[in-house]
Amino acid sequence: MKKICGVLAGVLALLAVVSFAHAADPLTINGAGATFPYPLYSKWFYEYSNANPGVRFNYQSIGSGGGIKQITAGTVNFGATDAPMTEESMKKLPGVLLHIPTALGAVVPVYNLDGVPAGLKFTPDVLAGIYLGKITRWNDPKIAELNKTVTLPNADIVVAHRSDGSGTTDIFTNYLTTVNTEWRAKVGRGPSVNWPVGIGGKGNEGVAGVVKQTPGAIGYVELAYAKQNKMKVASLRNKAGQFVTPTLEATSAAAAGMAKSMPDDFRVSLVDAPGKESWPISGLTWILVYKDQKDEARGKAIVQFLKWAIRDGQKMEAALDYAALPTPVVEKIDKALRQISFRGKSLY
Amino acid sequence: MARKTGGNIKDLLFERTTGAFAFLVLFLAVLLFGVLLRESIPALRKFGAAFLVTGTWDPVLEKFGALPFIYGTLVSSFLAVLIAVPLSVGAAIFINEFAPPWMKTPVSFLAELLAAIPSVIYGLWGIFVLVPVLRDWFMKPVTKYLGWIPLFKGPVYGPSMLAAGVLLSIMIVPFILSVSREVLATVPQRQKEAVLSLGGTRWEMLRIVIGQHCIPGIFGATILGLGRALGETMAVTMVIGNRPEAILSLFQPGYSMAAVIANEFTEAVGDVYLSSLVLIGLVLFAMTLAVSLAAKWILTKMVARASRGI
Repeated sequence: MKKICGVLAGVLALLAVVSFAHAADPLTINGAGATFPYPLYSKWFYEYSNANPGVRFNYQSIGSGGGIKQITAGTVNFGATDAPMTEESMKKLPGVLLHIPTALGAVVPVYNLDGVPAGLKFTPDVLAGIYLGKITRWNDPKIAELNKTVTLPNADIVVAHRSDGSGTTDIFTNYLTTVNTEWRAKVGRGPSVNWPVGIGGKGNEGVAGVVKQTPGAIGYVELAYAKQNKMKVASLRNKAGQFVTPTLEATSAAAAGMAKSMPDDFRVSLVDAPGKESWPISGLTWILVYKDQKDEARGKAIVQFLKWAIRDGQKMEAALDYAALPTPVVEKIDKALRQISFRGKSLY
Repeated sequence: MARKTGGNIKDLLFERTTGAFAFLVLFLAVLLFGVLLRESIPALRKFGAAFLVTGTWDPVLEKFGALPFIYGTLVSSFLAVLIAVPLSVGAAIFINEFAPPWMKTPVSFLAELLAAIPSVIYGLWGIFVLVPVLRDWFMKPVTKYLGWIPLFKGPVYGPSMLAAGVLLSIMIVPFILSVSREVLATVPQRQKEAVLSLGGTRWEMLRIVIGQHCIPGIFGATILGLGRALGETMAVTMVIGNRPEAILSLFQPGYSMAAVIANEFTEAVGDVYLSSLVLIGLVLFAMTLAVSLAAKWILTKMVARASRGI
């Protein structure tokens, strides 16, 4: 009996603590969207909430399309996307929505060829030719010509792509659309497209699985995925005519190359960016927030968080294999954050 | 009805409550159908019946046709049934009739345990084990010598209709197996003994007994397995190759209806695109309904014939 009483008292005490904590409820900020930056955002939310116990985040990584839908409907406080919103979808918005870049990602071609080292060289046209189904064998003269020191096998190229709609595919097809006229006319860009050839894998892990399991396969995955799985990564000729290997630095270089021509709304694609060191298949990922916030406390919390994210937050990017935003871009974002307001009053 | 219960309030309450549950299930099915129909209207308007027979799937140009997905779902599911039925009926006969008693429980327990494995685990196993094995030990040699047969035409990639069919067959074996065992167990011992006492061999006994008694039940088990195969999503998408093309060769990649919905729904922007995916859902819904109705009809015929035979 005594024991039960003790337990009861304990439970009551706990309840008291819980209800007390409930009284000082932390502000919950709801967000939804892209899956690509999810590992980074979780880390940010964790670190930020530790430093600022008054704010808590709830982020659902349901995909960029879902994030755009939810922020349009106003069911979340912020959205997140890997592809900038189209003019058509911006028309459905109830107010001015800002695209705030948070991180950079790179998409890299990976392959599985026995006896061929990493760093096989491709030009944009060769990569497009492979994905168009025009270059079908590894020892095709067009590939051999670029890689004279390598003995290429006389084997079929097995093309792999994403089967699920994804920002990764959007960046990759955007690149091919930009650099190759035939691709632009026949296929175009989008989170999913009508692939001329190849087999589809679900998610980065699905494409990586196909490439790793199939000799002679080529695919594209996020840089982080290729690094963590130690896959053979190709090097690609960029706009400046240099062959570059994808690294975090080369990705940041792409953003730095675009910094001058960056539009004020940040809705820009980083593919085929100028600059000698730029990795050509790079992209931004954005957090979407309304310029006019309806709730002062929440709006303030979001702005403070974003201020932190583009400064202190950038230091956490490399450890998670994201490329940090270059300084000129951070300065530009800082200006944009000053615009976010509640009833005309800046929340910066 | 109330008359029968003799006015007992508890009975009445019980009857009404269970009745409400039954109607709720029915109501949910109708609601599901209604929502699918409503959401697929934009696609129905734009493509009409051509949606079922065209094969382009182009999200960029918003041109959609479901033929490759319908084809993929049907072929992979029937392939699965084709492999799984002889396997599970054979296993059921062995376990029920021949296996020594110490073997029965563990073998059937393990086989039924297969049903409890999540489909994503099957999918992973498919990617890392089944697909490479099939590719190197089956598809490559077969395509080398029998490649002139359209069904086995190369080139061989690995992820393919065949891989999906084989994986699905493993997934539906436990269902067909356990129902088949139940069906075999319903055969009266006396009938079996009668055949044996007339000098029949075990094979003859089984042939007569199964022919007379068990065909409808085994057919029912098959339909259960087919239903599972038609709707399977995760495992299929991981090994089928996800290529929206209807190709005769089993070694070529394909796509299934459930898989394309799961793959593209989250990032589908544009009303027609989303609506086309919902329309595929509606077609899948109608197809499973048609399969169950047809199965029910055939089953009734079979039962009638079987009972005449006895």
